[in-house]
Amino acid sequence: MFDFLHNPQYDVLGAFWTTVQLALWSAAGSLVWGTVLAGMRVSPVPLMRAFGTAYVNVVRNTPLTLLIIACSLGLGQTLGVTLGGGTFDQTGFRLAVLGFAAYTGTFVCEALRSGINTVPPGQAEAARALGLSFFQVLTLVVLPQAFRAVIAPLANVLIALTKNTTVASAIGVAEASLLMKEMIENEADALFAVFAVFAFGFTVLTLPTGLLLGWTAKRMAVKR
Amino acid sequence: MSSVLYDTPGPKARTRNILYTVVFLAAFAGALVWVLTTMADKGQLAAEKWSPFVNDGAVWTTFLLPGLAETLKAAALAIVIALPLGALLGVGRLSDHRWIRIPAGAVVELFRAIPVLMLMLFGFALFVQFTDIGPELRPFYAVVAGLVLYNAAVIAEVVRAGIHALPHGQSDAAKALGMRKGQAMTNVLLPQAVSLMLPALVSQLVVILKDTALGGALLGVEDLLSAYQTIPANYGANTIATLVVIAVIYIVVNFALTSFASWLERRLRASKKTSCPDGDITPEEAALLAGPTPAETPAGR
Repeated sequence: MFDFLHNPQYDVLGAFWTTVQLALWSAAGSLVWGTVLAGMRVSPVPLMRAFGTAYVNVVRNTPLTLLIIACSLGLGQTLGVTLGGGTFDQTGFRLAVLGFAAYTGTFVCEALRSGINTVPPGQAEAARALGLSFFQVLTLVVLPQAFRAVIAPLANVLIALTKNTTVASAIGVAEASLLMKEMIENEADALFAVFAVFAFGFTVLTLPTGLLLGWTAKRMAVKR
Repeated sequence: MSSVLYDTPGPKARTRNILYTVVFLAAFAGALVWVLTTMADKGQLAAEKWSPFVNDGAVWTTFLLPGLAETLKAAALAIVIALPLGALLGVGRLSDHRWIRIPAGAVVELFRAIPVLMLMLFGFALFVQFTDIGPELRPFYAVVAGLVLYNAAVIAEVVRAGIHALPHGQSDAAKALGMRKGQAMTNVLLPQAVSLMLPALVSQLVVILKDTALGGALLGVEDLLSAYQTIPANYGANTIATLVVIAVIYIVVNFALTSFASWLERRLRASKKTSCPDGDITPEEAALLAGPTPAETPAGR
C-alpha cells in the first residue's frame, strides 16, 4: 500500500525539507518585519503610524495566494526582481519567502501590538521617567515583556505559516503539496495512503511546534 | 496624540518627528518611483493595459463580477455547511462521554493540522474516484469540501472556547433548575456562547473568503482570482493591472467584513458592561489571545 514511498521518482522527505525551509525563512522574515510594523504602529511619528495601519489592513485582507502570485508574476517576471536567486527554482523560493514574510508580518504585528497592551502602563511610565527615548522604551522595556506575553499567539501564527507554505505550489515551488498533487494523479489507487503520508508529515511539523512553544509560553510568561 | 510609550513631543521632539517623516517619505517615494519607472520601462503603465477596467464593461460582466460571485458562493456555501458541523464537533468535544469526546477531539485536531490546500486536493481526488460529479463542477465542490473540513474544525474550537468563556454559574444554574445536559447546552450555554463567538465567526468568514482563492489558482475554479489568467489573455498581457484590480476587490470585500466584525465586537463588549480600556483590538487579536487569558478567567468565573 505504501510502495510509492520507495519509488525514487518521489522525494517526499526532500519536499517536506523545502516546506520546512520555506517556513523557517518566512518565520524569521515575518518576525523581523512584524516587529518593525508594530514599532511603526505605536511610534510617535503620525506618518509611520498611518503607514503601519494601512499596510496591515491592506495586506491582511488580501488572499495569500494572490500575494504569492503577485510576487512571482509582478515582482519576479515584470519588475525583474530575482533577490539574488540564480536559477528559476531559487528565485521562486525566495519570492515565495518574501510573500509569506510580507503577509505573516501583519499577523505578527497584530499579535505584538496586543502583547504591548498587556504590559502595565507603569512599566513604560517608569522607563520614560528615567529619561529613556521612545526607541529605548520600546526595545529595552516594553517589547521584551510583550514578546514573552505573545509566545502562544506567535506559535499559532507560526503553525498557520507552516500550513500556508503549501500556497507556494501556486508558483511552482517544489514543496510538499506540489508533490502530493503529482502523486495523487499518478498513484490514484493509493489515494488514501498518499493523503495519510502528507497529513502525517504536516501533523509532525505542526503538533510539536504547538506543544513546545506552548510549554515555552508558560515558562516565559511574566509573573504578575 | 498621547501614548504611554512616549512623552508629549516638545519643540525638539517635534523637529525630530518631522525629520523622521521626511526620511520615511523619501524612502517610500524612492521605492514607489523605482516600481513605477520599472513598470513604465516594461510598458505596464501604458494606457491600454488599464483602460479596459474603466472603459470596457465586458471585463466586469464577463470576468470580474462572475468571478466574484463564484468566490462569494464558495465562501457562503462553505460557512453554511461548516457552521453546524463545527458546532456539533465543538459540543462533542465537551461531551461527558469519552467515546464522543475523544473522536470529536481527534477529528478537530487532525483537520486543523492539515493545510486546507491539501484537503482541497484530496477532496478533488475523492470526487474523481468515487462520485460522478462532472469535471466542470468538480473544482468548485473540491474547494467547498476542503474549506468545510478545515473550517468545521476551526469553528469547533471557537465554539468550545465560547462555551468555556461563559461563567460557571450559568451551567450550575441550569443544573439547579433541573435541566438535562442537553437542555442546558441548547437553552442556556449555546445561545450565550453564540453572541460571544459572533466576531470570531465573522473573521473566520474573511479567512474562508481568502482561502477560496486557492481554488482559483490551483484547482481551476473560475473565481475572482482566476481572472488573473483570463483577462491578460484577452486584453493584451495586462497582468499587473489585473492583479491590482483583483486585489482591490478582495480588499474592499474583506475590509468590509473585518470592519463589521470589529463593530460587532465593540457592540457586544459595550453591552456586557465590562471595562476594557483598549477599544480597537480586532477580533483576530482576540482570537489569538483566546484561551485562558489572565484578564478573563478570574473576572468571568
